[in-house]
Amino acid sequence: MPSDVALSRENLGFQITIFENGGVVIKLFQLSENTLEALTLRIETGVSVSASKNMYSLMSSSPSISSSSSSFLGQTHFDSRNPNARLPTKDSWICKCVATPPTETTAHTTKVSRNANMAKLQAGYLFPEIARRRSAHMLKYPDGQVISLGIGDTTEPIPEVITFGMAKKAHALSTLEGYSGYGAEQGEKQLRAAIASTYYGDLSLEESDIFVSDGAKSDISRLQVMFGSNVTMAVQDPSYPAYVDSSVILGQTGQFQKDVEKYRKIEYMKCNPENGFFPDLSTVSRTDIIFFCSPNNPTGNAATREQLTRLVQFAKDNGSILVYDSAYAMYISDDSPRSIFEIPGAKEVAIEVSSFSKYAGFTGVRLGWTVVPKELLYSDGFPVAKDFNRIVCTTFNGASNISQAGGLACLSPEGLEAMHKVVSFYKENTNIIMETFISLGFSVYGGKNSPYVWVHFPGQSSWDVFSEILEKTHVVTTPGSGFGPAGDGFIRVCAFGHRGNVLEACKRFKQLYK
Amino acid sequence: MLLPSILYFIRPSSVGFVENGLVHLCVCTRVTRNLNMEKLRNGYLFPEIAMRELEHMKKYPTAKVISLGIGDTTEPIPDVVTSSMANHARRLSTVEGYRGYGAEQGNKALRKAIAETLYGDLPIKDTEIFVSDGSQCDISRLQLLLGSNVTIAVQDPTFPAYIDSSVIIGQTGDFQDETGKYQNIEYMPCRPQNNFFPDLTTTATTDVIFICSPNNPTGHAASRKQLEQLVEFARANGSIIIFDSAYAAYVTDDSPRSIFEIPGAREVAIEISSFSKFAGFTGVRLGWTVVPDELLFSNGFPVIKDFNRIVCTCFNGASSVAQAGGLACLSSDGLMAVQSVVDYYKENAKILGDTFTSLGLDVYGGINAPYAWVHFPGMKSWDVFTELLEKTHIITVPGCGFGPGGEEHIRVSAFGHRECILEASRRLKSLLS
Repeated sequence: MPSDVALSRENLGFQITIFENGGVVIKLFQLSENTLEALTLRIETGVSVSASKNMYSLMSSSPSISSSSSSFLGQTHFDSRNPNARLPTKDSWICKCVATPPTETTAHTTKVSRNANMAKLQAGYLFPEIARRRSAHMLKYPDGQVISLGIGDTTEPIPEVITFGMAKKAHALSTLEGYSGYGAEQGEKQLRAAIASTYYGDLSLEESDIFVSDGAKSDISRLQVMFGSNVTMAVQDPSYPAYVDSSVILGQTGQFQKDVEKYRKIEYMKCNPENGFFPDLSTVSRTDIIFFCSPNNPTGNAATREQLTRLVQFAKDNGSILVYDSAYAMYISDDSPRSIFEIPGAKEVAIEVSSFSKYAGFTGVRLGWTVVPKELLYSDGFPVAKDFNRIVCTTFNGASNISQAGGLACLSPEGLEAMHKVVSFYKENTNIIMETFISLGFSVYGGKNSPYVWVHFPGQSSWDVFSEILEKTHVVTTPGSGFGPAGDGFIRVCAFGHRGNVLEACKRFKQLYK
Repeated sequence: MLLPSILYFIRPSSVGFVENGLVHLCVCTRVTRNLNMEKLRNGYLFPEIAMRELEHMKKYPTAKVISLGIGDTTEPIPDVVTSSMANHARRLSTVEGYRGYGAEQGNKALRKAIAETLYGDLPIKDTEIFVSDGSQCDISRLQLLLGSNVTIAVQDPTFPAYIDSSVIIGQTGDFQDETGKYQNIEYMPCRPQNNFFPDLTTTATTDVIFICSPNNPTGHAASRKQLEQLVEFARANGSIIIFDSAYAAYVTDDSPRSIFEIPGAREVAIEISSFSKFAGFTGVRLGWTVVPDELLFSNGFPVIKDFNRIVCTCFNGASSVAQAGGLACLSSDGLMAVQSVVDYYKENAKILGDTFTSLGLDVYGGINAPYAWVHFPGMKSWDVFTELLEKTHIITVPGCGFGPGGEEHIRVSAFGHRECILEASRRLKSLLS
């Protein structure tokens, strides 16, 4: 079901039906290109449509509307290429007034055109939408005891060895000897070295290949800014929404196509049970950039060494750059690769993005890193790392020094052990959730190598399943279609939660689906 | 010893380079480099200065180099603020105190505190405030929001991030060596002759106007009258002002501290600001942007909605620890404490300003900002920079790094321990008198 949409004043069409009992149904349409799309709109209280200039002018030109009911169509501007556009038949929605700017003619608008790329985005980013639904649900059921297995937000306290490192740094900032101002934009030397040796020790990557950041989400956008608008990209379908959304914002894509739920110009690589959640590369067109996340969010699947070898070869053959998201590497249980750089030749095709969020509970603390090997070159031979360095120096100013101190503590022997314990805790949650759904007869994927369980609800709309689960069990999950069209029919259940809540949620699932 | 890297082509699809005496052969991808990145001239200004400082220190290992270059704060953060951050960090280890993802727009209490404490009687709502990890990041996020099809105007000289981010996003043409300017950017000269404020009667219309006041690098704080003219200009032309008020805490006289003190600004301006120079948070990373509800694109779409989308998609909130520190800064104890550090730097600025004045040089700024802008008539600013560095071991910033309008000037920043400032003054006096 479509969610909040804002309409622009141009190309706005409307249909008003006035009933004898005084009820009014107003349908507002956004005319775009050749299509007439009817959209469900959010209620904005206090806006009086009858005060709208457009409606007034329309009413004054129409015959009397005092009889039983009258409907009439109007538009502020009509696309002359398609004067006979049909209204969509599934238009039994009630549309309330859109949350648009004030209708007084004295309101000043600038003459700055809205960025057309922003206009392409469909609705809000996925996770704030989930948060909104959760809040609305909690308002509706104040005693509902809502359990959140939706947004992948860590819940367990950060081990003391790590927070101690941060507290110590904070206190040091109050001393002459301990105060530090601007840090290197690429990150503190010690931390970069620790990341290199801990995660890439035997992969011959060095401190200078590591760029510390405030997290993978920011890094993804910085990489997109670096690539610019003239590159094409491929994503897994389903995938973490930031890859697609940042691509739209940067102008790499065409318009969203509602019928297939895809943006033009993005190559969507389907990942489903039939292909073992690894794309059939023989059917994938060449793109400049390929985003690949493993262990995967949302499906939980970890690609095998053999699969990643083929992926690296595919990238090499096509001269593409692979942006490899390894944020969940520590969740791997088997011998699936934890870094793309375990694959020979990857240094010439890949960038790796990672994060402390899901290892150390740093979702609020904000710390991650990106690896850009020296060997990665643009078509003219220019090293990608040089441009990324320039981006980092110009559009960023380094991760917080306190967060970095926390990161360094994470990578001490004690810190690593502590992180493993927390990760194991969440993995045990994952097992519990997986066993629950398996016992209920569902086809369940992921789980083993990640904190996400991907549950199949064949033939059902994932938003409907999401709503039903929320309504009947007060458990928030994430609908698979939020991650791409191939996610429809699936629900992502994340394993971050207090053990008690996870057990309670599973109990409720069992009650619902027995 | 590191050999310089030398790129050479072995065959069409591969490249070799020499580093550390080893020859590396690599295969190129077929991804075209972003042309906008190619347009950038040199590295970003401040890493360049940092590099020169390092080279100088290697050349003169026993010299006591004094850094009045990069505007990096030096004094410890008051205890009331750091204790709060330490406490927040410790609480993250407890069940009750643990917090995961925060709202991307920032912690509600902090947004409210910024609105109430720093905007006082101005009608700025907490919902119009977006907490960030600093202005440098916000500038780029705003550019991302605006996209490549807008034109910008900047002061000349100006903080380089507005220009560089504009180039990166694709709003500009090529750099022209003759003029020292990028095509398609409107440079608004700010000189002593025009009281460091653009002559708006000769300024072309652009979509966006970047104004920093108190100004980096000139130190000039725009007057109320000047800002009223600016707001009127923006209204008449349908432009959006991006007002950088990072140095508002340094204002001494009654110059406006926020663009929103000017009537009508809510419909034409965005304001960015920062805890960096206010609270010594240059490494802690905390700032904010104000986007008023009334600010609309030409089609009536509220800018705040798009900025919110950017913040939710390209960012994940400032560090919760930094935000806890920000909240402490805005408590009554915190405000007093950080203001006394600001006053310390202002006293530094006065000392430096007086030094240059006593040497017969024209000095600007220094009163409402932590920068002194010194005029060396007829001299190239990199030459002055080099001479000062060689002969007094003081790092400054050459004015042309801020734009062609900065030529013949040097920016001296007032961040430093008092004894370093005094020592720098002594050295300058002995060199230049």
